[in-house]
Amino acid sequence: MLRYITKRVFSMFITLLIIATITFFLMKLLPGSPFNNQEKLTETQRYALNEKYGLNDPVPVQYINYLGKLAQGDLGYTFQFDGRTVNSMIANGMGPSATIGFEALIFGTFIGLFLGIIAALRHNSFVDYGAMIVAVFGIAIPSFVFAGLLQYYVGVKLGWLPVAFWDGPEYHILPAFSLSVGVIATVARFMRTEMLEILGTDYILMARSKGISKKEVIIKHCVRNSMIPIITILGPMAIGLITGSLVIENIFAIPGIGEQFVKSINLNDYPVIMGTTIFYSFLIVVIILIVDILYGIIDPRIRVAGGK
Amino acid sequence: MKKSKWSLLLTLVLVLSMFLAACSGGDKDKASDSKGGEDEKATEKPSEPQVLNLLDGEEIPSMDSSQATDSVSFEVMNNVMEGLYRLDKDNKPTPGVAEKHEVNEDGTVYTFKLNPNAKWSDGSQVVAKDFVYAWQKALTPDTLSEYAYIMGPVKNANAIQTDGDPLYGKVDQLGVKAVDDTTLEVTLEAPAPYFLGLTGFATFYPQKEEFVKKQADKYALESNTLLYNGPFVLNEWKHNEGWQYKKNDNYWDKDNVMLDEINVKIVKDVATGVNLYETGQTDIAGLSMEYVDQYKDNDDLYTRGEATVFFLRLNQKSEVLKNANIRKAIDMAYDKQSMVDVLLNNGSTPAYYLVPGEFTPGPDGEDYRKTNGNFGEYNLEKAKELWATGLKEVGKDSVELELLNYDSDGAKKMGEFFKNQLEKNLPGIKVSIKAQPFKQKLDLETKGEYDFSYAGWGPDYQDPMTFLDMFVTDGAHNQMAYSNPEYDKLIEGAKKETDEKKRWQMMLDAEKVLFEDQAISPLYQRGVTGLQKPYVKGLAHHLFGADTSYKWAYIEGKQ
Repeated sequence: MLRYITKRVFSMFITLLIIATITFFLMKLLPGSPFNNQEKLTETQRYALNEKYGLNDPVPVQYINYLGKLAQGDLGYTFQFDGRTVNSMIANGMGPSATIGFEALIFGTFIGLFLGIIAALRHNSFVDYGAMIVAVFGIAIPSFVFAGLLQYYVGVKLGWLPVAFWDGPEYHILPAFSLSVGVIATVARFMRTEMLEILGTDYILMARSKGISKKEVIIKHCVRNSMIPIITILGPMAIGLITGSLVIENIFAIPGIGEQFVKSINLNDYPVIMGTTIFYSFLIVVIILIVDILYGIIDPRIRVAGGK
Repeated sequence: MKKSKWSLLLTLVLVLSMFLAACSGGDKDKASDSKGGEDEKATEKPSEPQVLNLLDGEEIPSMDSSQATDSVSFEVMNNVMEGLYRLDKDNKPTPGVAEKHEVNEDGTVYTFKLNPNAKWSDGSQVVAKDFVYAWQKALTPDTLSEYAYIMGPVKNANAIQTDGDPLYGKVDQLGVKAVDDTTLEVTLEAPAPYFLGLTGFATFYPQKEEFVKKQADKYALESNTLLYNGPFVLNEWKHNEGWQYKKNDNYWDKDNVMLDEINVKIVKDVATGVNLYETGQTDIAGLSMEYVDQYKDNDDLYTRGEATVFFLRLNQKSEVLKNANIRKAIDMAYDKQSMVDVLLNNGSTPAYYLVPGEFTPGPDGEDYRKTNGNFGEYNLEKAKELWATGLKEVGKDSVELELLNYDSDGAKKMGEFFKNQLEKNLPGIKVSIKAQPFKQKLDLETKGEYDFSYAGWGPDYQDPMTFLDMFVTDGAHNQMAYSNPEYDKLIEGAKKETDEKKRWQMMLDAEKVLFEDQAISPLYQRGVTGLQKPYVKGLAHHLFGADTSYKWAYIEGKQ
């Protein structure tokens, strides 16, 4: 197992290096310069600014310099805000983004699992249809529409919860709930399908005929075995959620990092483009590793195959 | 198992009620009022609390006056800092740190007498050398100030910024001198009647050298690594979330500052801003076009003209657009009025000019725009005639031209409108649209790789020159290969002329020349629209630099 993990960690860094390289050169193909006042800059100033940020060097030199700093964990300075480092931007923005995302993930997964299991156990009943209607709505309605409706009706019309901003726990409810709708829907549908398949297998019948109670069979055999595909989708979903949603953060005025993924590209803010991409990729590869290890715990067959 | 049935039912009811709530409820009108009432209770005081709540769309990019380049930074600084003068409600210079000033006969030497009561927020006096330091700092090449060019009117400022000039980087040669603590002498390159107003611009604010050096690279990054000398101080600055102004007790004119506190929250979404306005959590909210109709009968709705003009660059590198008749035909062939009414609907007005209206009064007190009037009109018949002549002159019967556009929704609609009108009204023209992200668009524009380009320009100082000198031959912002020696001569002349009336006339004539040539096709002068609570009074709006001053603002009648 240890050898397996070491091997995976090594290939993780190779993956990151490849991602960083491709992003760097693609980014350099963007036309335009990163300076705010580009319209009014004189030639002398433009040259001096480029010099300061090392943008006059040939691209391969810039690339080597960047990797050197990256190896020390230094992501450089943003061009958008005077004197602010990319590290601090990510550190400050990740808090709110990750909080909301994590809340949405936990809430969404539990509700989704619950709906999925119930729907499968009450297959083709009113309960099943009800749960699946909810799931279809959840997938069909984009989270920003849902967020807008919640904000207007719950925040403005009813006045039950804050319209926006980032303060106490009550400020988390609407954004986290808006984000979780997609999670609920996806998890519920996956869980229902998996459960139905497993409920029909021979080993469940066998367990039942051995005299094990229905409750125990469902929890120990059915649910556990149905979890594998759920864990597979939860990984990437988790990253998507905790790195922040541009739209949800904008609607609820949450000071997260989501916006920078898009904005930095439009503004040619090179260090932020690189920083957010590498950070995101890093999370992805780590989560994939965790998911793979979790597989092994849940399904011993996978552990044996990978761990030799 | 019984338990789970109940919880299932509960969940379903909860989830379904959410959808039902979303589908109905349109008629539960004023349920929000109670919420607004609760908010007020929290701050209830015997007299009316002087607290203003606002939204802004962006985080403050910089609080270092020599680094700032954008409207958010300029606005915040205008309220926590002060230059020699500041602009009042009528956009006239009113004393700031300077009590009064004298100008020598030919208008090139200004002697400012500083107010001895002008203090920094640490209690020390704002002295003349604080200005000298800040101005020299902005021009030092290492500072890399993107706005340093604004100091152009000050003697030697341009030479100091020009690489290769004997004066390059020699900031001690700048035309500014601290005679004593309260006397500042500024020498200009040439007379500039707008200079007084310019001293209220961020780049001209003072900085206290001792403090700046002590903070080193932490200077102006947080609210406590900055000294203030304006009507307010930044009490709190939560990056990406918002900031709070508090009245500055060390301010020389604090008796005229009425607000105790201004809370600004960052909100990027217009709909969110409107919802916050409806629940009373903000006193002002900007609106985008789609909300204007919804609020058009609401007393809180305001529209305000700005001094920013949008226009189409007509690139004369193009064989076709080199022809003056064709350029004139194009300008006449689309309906600017309906473009503004239908696509913008926000207080913007169609433009038939370069220098915006209600921006600069001349020596006779009359607005530049009023004196010069409009150039061009929407006239299909004439457009077709000129078009036919023009095509004959270039020897073509059909042309294909490219419009370089921004990739925002608003700009895209504008581009489509222009394309449709032109293709409908001018036989043989085909317009293709190339929408690009902001920076990329500027880059293509600089390289001159376009035929039409949707562009805008806001003023840097209150004078027609800030618009006019864009289009001199080979000017950095010309970008469309326009050249007319007569135009160049007028601009150059106006820059040197000491007689204000003659100077004004030259600038009036220059715009006429520009439109005889139809160098550009103006689109509209931008307006802004939004909602403002009736109890917010005394806001001063400006046309360049900072948008708003809160110095004279107050709350009246909220309770």
